[in-house]
Amino acid sequence: MAERTIPGPPVNPETKPFWDAAAAGTLLVKKCSACGERHHYPRAICPFCGSAATEWTEASGRGTVYSYSVFRRAPIPYAIAYVTLAEGPTMMTNLVDCNLDALRIGQAVRVVFKPTEDGPPVPMFTPA
Amino acid sequence: MSIKGKAYIAGVFEHPTRKADTQSLAQLHAESAMGALADAGLTKDDVDGYFCAGDAPGLGGLSMADYMGLKLRHIDTTETGGSSYVVHVGHAAEAIAAGKCDVALITLAGRPRAEGMATGTAPRNYGAAAPDVAFEYPYGPTVVNQYAMAAMRHMHEFGTTSAQLAWIKVAASQHAQHNPHALLREVVTVDEVVNSPIIADPLHRLDCCVITDGGGAIVVVRPEVAKRLKRPLVKLLGAGEAVKHQRGGKIDLTHTGAVWSGPAAFAEAGVTPADIKYVSIYDSFTITVLITLEDLGFAAKGQGGKLVSDGNLIAGVGRLPFNTDGGGLCNNHPANRGGLTKVVEAVRQLRGEAHPKVQVKNCDVALAHGTGGSLATRHGSATVIMGRE
Repeated sequence: MAERTIPGPPVNPETKPFWDAAAAGTLLVKKCSACGERHHYPRAICPFCGSAATEWTEASGRGTVYSYSVFRRAPIPYAIAYVTLAEGPTMMTNLVDCNLDALRIGQAVRVVFKPTEDGPPVPMFTPA
Repeated sequence: MSIKGKAYIAGVFEHPTRKADTQSLAQLHAESAMGALADAGLTKDDVDGYFCAGDAPGLGGLSMADYMGLKLRHIDTTETGGSSYVVHVGHAAEAIAAGKCDVALITLAGRPRAEGMATGTAPRNYGAAAPDVAFEYPYGPTVVNQYAMAAMRHMHEFGTTSAQLAWIKVAASQHAQHNPHALLREVVTVDEVVNSPIIADPLHRLDCCVITDGGGAIVVVRPEVAKRLKRPLVKLLGAGEAVKHQRGGKIDLTHTGAVWSGPAAFAEAGVTPADIKYVSIYDSFTITVLITLEDLGFAAKGQGGKLVSDGNLIAGVGRLPFNTDGGGLCNNHPANRGGLTKVVEAVRQLRGEAHPKVQVKNCDVALAHGTGGSLATRHGSATVIMGRE
């Protein structure tokens, strides 16, 4: 079956380390050293306390499905999802390399990186 | 300072077109504006405050003031997606109460059908500078699959069913059959909704709103102006607005910003959900209505499915008549932004000018609510409560 083409994420100076790590197969999560909260998508300024003391931390790549939807009307159906990482934050993603009819909320998943058309690879998730 | 009683809705207009092949975008805004001013018994020369959002062409308020020849001393282009115009009603009342304007005009227009826009089914890209785009756009987020994820989570947590959601569309269709301007006037059944094709699990085609061209306008005025006009008096009692976002990744798809905008509006108005005789609820999808009704306090969280079932939203049948024009699900969703038409139908109800088949008896207090953006993750919520005087 044909695969959906994935548009590349626009990279900027604030988020470049995330995408460099993605290219090396590592998922990063921002953590604030002032308030201790982790957040996603990654920001220079902590969305919880406003501190600029945010740092990149390596995530385990493990998570669970918070919600999902298979977009049946698309030319090539795909599953959009929110996955809650073991580290805490919930992120938008796709569920891939799996039976789209057998997905369920609460399912354990692990990160895989998928190539994009015109940018670095992006983190997606597959059943663990 | 409260807005209660400080401003009235004197004029409303819903553009009758649903496909504007022969009109420009600016023209639709202006036709809507003139329609609402005529409804009020005012002219464009009376307008000194103007409100519009991201659907206005060019430089927005500047371009439309130029086109219409308005002389303004107050302008507000707050953009919260489809909820903008409900926000604008509250802001107009605030501006009037503060003495910044006397006659506030709010307009909306769009031509998504004429332009062949894939409104709900094409991934939205707000540009590389939008901070979320790199972390969302590659995953193909469309309007429909994002709202679908909220529906999926609601079903998971609370046992909400597709048949319960379908009742919302059924009620809208029962109302739309009486609206000669409605895009879809055919009455549908629960079975027809749940057997229509799945667009994005668990939402079916008939869980989704229509795509229409057109527009609308609202005129908000100070009490002295309202009382010398000939139209029934519709007084603003309370308004609330809120922005809900992803909270840095602490995402919760089960509620919207209505949990904040609703209580703010009820407190200002000094009424409770039990006092509301009619509700206009933004209905981009059936799930939008269900979650919003819970958030506004018409049902406990998770119990919305029971509230909307068995015809409870149908005028003359149920206990909470909603969207008696057919709403966005059947009647009209101009510019992919449904907030303005929600206020328009609430005003018709309060004036006693809704279609006789759907007019709510003794409709003295009504609520209109808008939701704009992606449900529960990045949206504006706005609630206004109005009363007949």
